[in-house]
Amino acid sequence: MRRAPSARGLLGQNLVPLLFAALCIAGIVAARDAIALEILAGDIVTRLGRNLFLVLSLIVPVVAGMGLNFGIVIGAMCGQVGLILVENAGWSGLGALGAAMLFSIPLSLVFGGLTGRLLNRAKGKEMITGMILAFFANGVYQMIFLLLTGPVIPLHNQKILLDDGIGLANTIDLAGTAGKLDHLLRISFLGGRIQFPLATFLLIALLCLGLRWYLRTRSGQQLRTVGQDMHVAEISGIGVDRVRMRAILISTVLGGIGQILWLTSTGMGTMNTYSSHEQVGPYAIAAILVGGATVTHATIWHAILGTLLFHTLFVVAPLAGQAVFGAVQIGEYFREFVAYAVIGVTLALHAWKSRRG
Amino acid sequence: MNALALLKRLGLTRTVLAAFLLGLWVLSATASSLDMTILISDCLVRTGMNGILVLALVPAVRAGVGLNFGLPLGMVCGLIGMVTVMDLAGRTMPLELGQAYGMGLQFGLLVSAMVLGALLGMIAGWLYSRLLEAVKGQEMMVGIYVGFGSVAGASILWLLFPAKNPELIWPLGGVGLRNTLVLDGYFQHLLDRFGSFTFGNGFFPTGVLVLWVLACAVLWLFFRTRIGAALAAAGANPRFAAASGIDVRSMRSLGVVLSTALAAIGIVVFSQSYGFVQLYKAPLLMAFPTVAALLIGGASVRNAKISHVLIGTFLFQSVLTTSLPLVNDLIAQHGGAKALANVPEIARLIISNGIILYALTRKES
Repeated sequence: MRRAPSARGLLGQNLVPLLFAALCIAGIVAARDAIALEILAGDIVTRLGRNLFLVLSLIVPVVAGMGLNFGIVIGAMCGQVGLILVENAGWSGLGALGAAMLFSIPLSLVFGGLTGRLLNRAKGKEMITGMILAFFANGVYQMIFLLLTGPVIPLHNQKILLDDGIGLANTIDLAGTAGKLDHLLRISFLGGRIQFPLATFLLIALLCLGLRWYLRTRSGQQLRTVGQDMHVAEISGIGVDRVRMRAILISTVLGGIGQILWLTSTGMGTMNTYSSHEQVGPYAIAAILVGGATVTHATIWHAILGTLLFHTLFVVAPLAGQAVFGAVQIGEYFREFVAYAVIGVTLALHAWKSRRG
Repeated sequence: MNALALLKRLGLTRTVLAAFLLGLWVLSATASSLDMTILISDCLVRTGMNGILVLALVPAVRAGVGLNFGLPLGMVCGLIGMVTVMDLAGRTMPLELGQAYGMGLQFGLLVSAMVLGALLGMIAGWLYSRLLEAVKGQEMMVGIYVGFGSVAGASILWLLFPAKNPELIWPLGGVGLRNTLVLDGYFQHLLDRFGSFTFGNGFFPTGVLVLWVLACAVLWLFFRTRIGAALAAAGANPRFAAASGIDVRSMRSLGVVLSTALAAIGIVVFSQSYGFVQLYKAPLLMAFPTVAALLIGGASVRNAKISHVLIGTFLFQSVLTTSLPLVNDLIAQHGGAKALANVPEIARLIISNGIILYALTRKES
């Protein structure tokens, strides 16, 4: 049974999103001469379609009590491998996009499985372990695609290799798959200044429904139980390690698909082979936290609201920095500071609360 | 069996890295055109350059706070110290192009930067320790974000820093401090060259190594004083320490304050060796290789000795310093793809993060 929320309790629970909403409004007001409102809105719609899938992929591990999945970067890498395979085959179009997603899934299952095993060895330290694991995996990824691709792993398409045939090129043009989903079904508002990519949002809606459904199944209930108390779950006969593994597998697979959507979204279309995946974890995590999620509690609404607020700030901050201080960089460093600060503060609050019982 | 016991005593990570380094050196001496004296000299300089930063981790581990990933907080304090000192020097005694300050003055500037940095580091470290006290159990994760946050926050400070010394600010129209400040004329290589002597084409960086060993010795002695022993006891077994009348909270605090202040001094030493002060994003990820060096030396999340600092810094930095020119030289001689030049960087990523993962998932911690 839930107690009726008091006004103070409600304010406390929604402090982070409220604070961010205030920041965003202040930013919009400060930058009002630099960007027209409908252009800002169009930009944010594009960014929502681009990022939401990735942010949503963080929810399941939080429910399972494993905290924010910094290991999502591993899923992102698998997604990029899917795109590389499709580019290598020279395919293009919507089918190629789907093929990239299909290719990424078995990879995500293998590497997500390894991640899950490691995180099961590091209970209570999942977040830091996931983060360092992502750095480590980045090293392995570079080894495979910079050194082994070409001589050891032969490629069909020489155009995506570096000049001397060893290592993938630093950037890969995704012209064949970019924008294909966004352009499939598009609704224009305000004479085309806002383009609503309906197909992409339908896919995201499908994921939301799927997540809702899954968390209510028996498997999802087990996930919740493990998340609330591992010890109790163990006693009631739930295989804790297996459930945690399942959570990481789901998150990694979704992360891979999310990365493909992110890279092939309208306005992106170029993959930085060796760096596109790096920032995925921190930014997705900051976004969901801005929406009011915590280390132990995250919902679909947190993801949606957080992505909306975080990316509004992302667009507006440099413009506001220019308008107020006369320097774009101040806004850029500010939004970076905010991204780090919001994660840091949430982690600190979580640790503080859990210590007080 | 005997060999296994010996390996255990020597420490697995240390032995593997030492063997790897030896292999690199043999390869350099036989197959490459590299000058071994210069190579060894570079290894020593890099060891001294990073030594105090690695040492800075020890008080925090000993106090039971774990690996202090919040090291960039202290580094930022050291950077503020250097920028302030350089700005004041440039305002009061402007340098002509190509001129340098006198030796005595250079030492004065270096020491003032260290003292100012350390003082700021103590204050910042004390606040940081308050935070860590509130988040017991998640110190490392929160530390990472304290580090990231302080680097991003300091970036805003660099943009707004009221510097007047033209060598620190952009010449035309730019906002804020430059990305890299050249220490030439201030205290570039001051410690490296102090009391140094040459061997072959290389040199022995006496000053910086002596300072490092001295700092290690001071910390070693500190752990043998009453307070130092109390700090270690508070870290090893907080309940037992509390029962024997030790104020565990203030001991943990002291560990963090010492760690942050040492990090501030460490970045000053690092910058004088490097020859440049790097601002903005430069310190963002510096905690990770530093932590890796300590772990390679044989430390764990709960235990770190001075000997781990000495061994780990030398081994890790030497491997990094040797591998880069060696690989480039081998490619130049025998031909090979450009991509191979990335081998050292990839090896660094895999070694340093692999070792941290190993430490995090060990059963002991």
